[in-house]
Amino acid sequence: MSPRAFLVRGLLAGLLAGVVTFLVAYSVGEPQVGAAIALEEAGGDGHSHSHAAEGAGGAEGEEETAEVSRTNQSTWGLLTGTLAIGVALGGILGLVAAATLGRLGRLTPGQSTALVTLIGFVAVALVPFLKYPATPPAVGSGDTIGTRTAVYFAFQALSVVAAVVTTYAAVRLRGRFGTYLAVVGGVAAYLVVMVVAGELFTTVNEVGDFPADTLWFFRRASLITLATMWGVLGVALTGLVIRLYAAERAVAERKALAASL
Amino acid sequence: MSQHAVAPVAGAELPTIPLRELAPWALFFGLLGLLALFFISADQGAISIPSGTLIHEWVHDGRHLLGYPCH
Repeated sequence: MSPRAFLVRGLLAGLLAGVVTFLVAYSVGEPQVGAAIALEEAGGDGHSHSHAAEGAGGAEGEEETAEVSRTNQSTWGLLTGTLAIGVALGGILGLVAAATLGRLGRLTPGQSTALVTLIGFVAVALVPFLKYPATPPAVGSGDTIGTRTAVYFAFQALSVVAAVVTTYAAVRLRGRFGTYLAVVGGVAAYLVVMVVAGELFTTVNEVGDFPADTLWFFRRASLITLATMWGVLGVALTGLVIRLYAAERAVAERKALAASL
Repeated sequence: MSQHAVAPVAGAELPTIPLRELAPWALFFGLLGLLALFFISADQGAISIPSGTLIHEWVHDGRHLLGYPCH
């Protein structure tokens, strides 16, 4: 069990998660992106930059002004995004799993890895999504991108910090109060922090008269995409860690057996 | 393989990785990972390095579907 072994497994799990997420996002999410762009073009008043539906494809190699065709955005562009996010999240998750190994109560390597992924999904993806849900292309003004980016990442960072601190506190308090109270207390503390922060953080609402059904379908697709990313990451990494642990134990047992002869 | 009745001592104890051993990996890959996340999730939106819209346009759909703020 070395940091390198965990990093490599995290990257592998991330690669797999990126591919599967692309397939899910392409089949579930792209129809909704397309519907939103169709509305945007019919309405005419979207944000300033075009989605290049009118631009000729294959011009993306040129300059900064070159636009990316919708076909490229929804296939290679989307794949680039899911792969890079998957590998980056996977690598970081692998190292977090390595750091928490054997440090979350009596959880075995596989169990602690699965728990860390679950906490990661809630803190990194789900809770930020509930406060600042994904928006389809026609929603969102280009003028507010600075503010929206700042509040989104600030809220996400707060969520991650709160999750780390409350998890650490729960692990430390487990000895005194028992697992049940420590876990309930840790989860409650995280929820209190995030609900209060959710009330205090500014609300972003630029939906206007965008159709509610298209908005919901897009957000549901976005949530499915995020859940796929984290779900595959967790399942793959947990499986790999269980195998790694089993292999190390087999070696240790053989060594112990050899030494006893 | 022979069946060994008694579990080895190593099996009773959960493995841990010393944080000192982990730190350089976490530092290096953590920065690299955050950099990758930045380019996919936020570059050429609020902050642009390099300027232009090509990266933004290229990862546009992923940004929307993965829930990041996008224009």
